[in-house]
Amino acid sequence: MRTKRSRRARRAAFRRNVEGYLFASPWIVGFLVLTLGAMLFSLFLSFTKWDAHTPLDEITLVGTANYKEMFLEDELFYKALYNTAYYSFFSVPLRVTVALLLAVLLNQKVRGIAFFRTIFYLPSIVVGAATAVVWSWVFNPSYGVLNLALHEVNVLLDTIHLGFINLPEPAWLESELWSKPALIIMSVWGLGSSMLIYLAGLQSVPGHLYEVADLDGASPVRKFWNITVPMITPTIFFNLVISVIGAFQVFTQVYVITPNHMGGPNNSTLVYVLYLYRKAFDELRMGYACALAWVLFAVILVFTLLIIRSSALWVYYEGERR
Amino acid sequence: MPGQIRAWRRRSVRRALWRLAVYTILIVLSAAFSIPFLWSLSASLKNLDQVFRPDVWIPRPVKWSNYRHVFDNIPFHLFFVNSLIVTSACLVGQLCSAALVAFSFARLRWFGRDFLFIVMLSTMMLPPAVTLIPHFVLFNYLGWIDTFKPLIVPAYFGGGVFNIFLLRQFFKTIPVDLEDAARIDGCSSFRVFLQIMVPLAKPALATIAVLSFIAQWNNFMHPLIYLNSYRKFTVAVGISMFKDAYSIFPHYMMAASVMALVPVLVIFFVAQRYLVRGIVLTGMKA
Repeated sequence: MRTKRSRRARRAAFRRNVEGYLFASPWIVGFLVLTLGAMLFSLFLSFTKWDAHTPLDEITLVGTANYKEMFLEDELFYKALYNTAYYSFFSVPLRVTVALLLAVLLNQKVRGIAFFRTIFYLPSIVVGAATAVVWSWVFNPSYGVLNLALHEVNVLLDTIHLGFINLPEPAWLESELWSKPALIIMSVWGLGSSMLIYLAGLQSVPGHLYEVADLDGASPVRKFWNITVPMITPTIFFNLVISVIGAFQVFTQVYVITPNHMGGPNNSTLVYVLYLYRKAFDELRMGYACALAWVLFAVILVFTLLIIRSSALWVYYEGERR
Repeated sequence: MPGQIRAWRRRSVRRALWRLAVYTILIVLSAAFSIPFLWSLSASLKNLDQVFRPDVWIPRPVKWSNYRHVFDNIPFHLFFVNSLIVTSACLVGQLCSAALVAFSFARLRWFGRDFLFIVMLSTMMLPPAVTLIPHFVLFNYLGWIDTFKPLIVPAYFGGGVFNIFLLRQFFKTIPVDLEDAARIDGCSSFRVFLQIMVPLAKPALATIAVLSFIAQWNNFMHPLIYLNSYRKFTVAVGISMFKDAYSIFPHYMMAASVMALVPVLVIFFVAQRYLVRGIVLTGMKA
C-alpha cells in the first residue's frame, strides 16, 4: 500500500515537473542557446582571430593575443574607455539627482502635475535614432536653437552690465571639447523613467513623518534632507544601478549623432560599444570584438558590485533592524 | 492674538513664495524639456530660408509639403510598414512566451524552479554586447541576414526577462482559490493558464505590450546589424541614413524625425496609464 501510494506520488511529481519545464521551455531553450551558448561561444571567439567569413573549422586560435593587444597596444581602446567613463561620470549623477529633484517638485501637490509629468517623461520613451537626429540640429553651432538661446542670454547679460559673465557658445558636436557634454545633455533629457520611479518611491514615504516634522517647524529643505532622502535611498540605489549599466552601454544616440558614425571629432565621442561595433562590423575582427565585450562585462560587473557593496553604508530599508 | 495672526500671515506668505518657486522651476524646466520637440516641429514646417533662422518660431509660410518631400526622397512608407511588421510580430512573441514562462515560474511547482528563476534574473546583468556577435554568427549561419527573422524569432524564446518577471509578480497576486476550484473541476494547467490567468492578467499584459512596442520601435542596433538592403530598413535605421544623406536639408530631416516619433507618441497618449504602471512596477523591484 505504501509503495503504491509513493509510486503514485512520484508519478504525479514527475508529471508536475514535465509540465513546469514544458511551460518554461521557451525561456529555457532561449537561455541555453541565445544566452549561455552565446556566452560560451563569445568567450571562445575572444581567444581567436576570425573575420566571420572563413569557415569556423579554419579559425585561428591566438590565445590571449586579443586581450594583450587591447591592454598593451590599443590606444583607441583606452580612449573609448575614457570617453565612456567621462560620459558616465557626469551623466549618471546628473540624471540621478535631477530626476530626484523633479520628482520632489512634482510631489508637492502642485496643480497640473499630470501635465508636467508627461512633459518630463515623454523624452525618455522616444530616445533613439529619431530624437538623435533632432538633437543634431539643436546642437548645430550656427543654426541650432541651443546656441541661439546662449547667445540671447549673453546679450541680456551685456545689457544689464554683467558682460563679464560670458556663456560659451561652443561648436558642440563639431568640437572635441564639447562633444561629450552634448551627449550628456541629451542623456539628461531622457531621464523621465528614473523620475517616474522616484515618484513611486516618494508616494510610499509615510506622511506622518512629514506631519511630525511640521509640528517641529522643520523647513522644506530640512524635511528633504532628513526625511525624504533617507526614506527613498532604496529607490536612489535602484536608479543608480540602472543608470550606470545603461550609461556604459550607450550606443544609438552616439552612432546616429556623430558624422560618419565614427565617434568623431577626433574620436572624442568614440564610446565603448561604438568601438566594439566598429571592430566587429567595419573591420570584421570578431574575436577582438568579443574580447572587448567581455572586458565591458567585467567593468560593468565591478561597478555594479561596488555600488551594491556600498549600499550597506547608505541605503536604508525600513523594517530592517540595524 | 495679534502676534498669532502675524505669525499665521508670515507662514502663509512663506508658503506662497515656496509655491511660486516650485512653479517657476517646473515651468522653466518643462520649457527646456519640450523645446527639442517644439523646435523640430517648427523646423519641419519651414522653407529652406527660414530653417536657417533659429529665431523664427512660427514658420511662414507653413510648408506642409516638406512632409511629402520626405516620401519623394526616401521610401519612408516602406520603413513604416517594416517597423510595423517587426514590432507587431515581436509583440505577439513576447506576450505569448513571457506569459507561458511567467505562469510556470509563478504557479507551477517543479524541480529547480527557484534556482532557474535566480539564473534568469541574473542574466539581466549581462550586457547585450557579449551575445551580440554570437547571435550575428548564428543568424548568418542560418542565412537569416537581411531578413526580419533575427529581429523577430528571439522574441518567441522567453520574451524578455523583464517581461517574465513583471508577469510572474502579477500572476502571484491572483488568488489560488480560483485555480484550485478549476483544478477540482478537472481543468488542465493549460486551461487554467488560458481561461483564468490570461483574462485576469490583461492589465499586466497591456503594460508589457505598450513597453515592448516602444522598445521595439526604438530598437536600433539590431536592425542596423541584420538588415542590409535599403527597402528592408525599419524607421529607426532609415532615419539615421536619411540624416546622413539630407543634412543639407534640415527641414526634411526634421519632418522625417517628427513622423518617426508619431507612432510612439500616439501609443503614449492612448496607453499612458499602462506605461506609468509598468515603470512604477519596475521601481517596486528595488
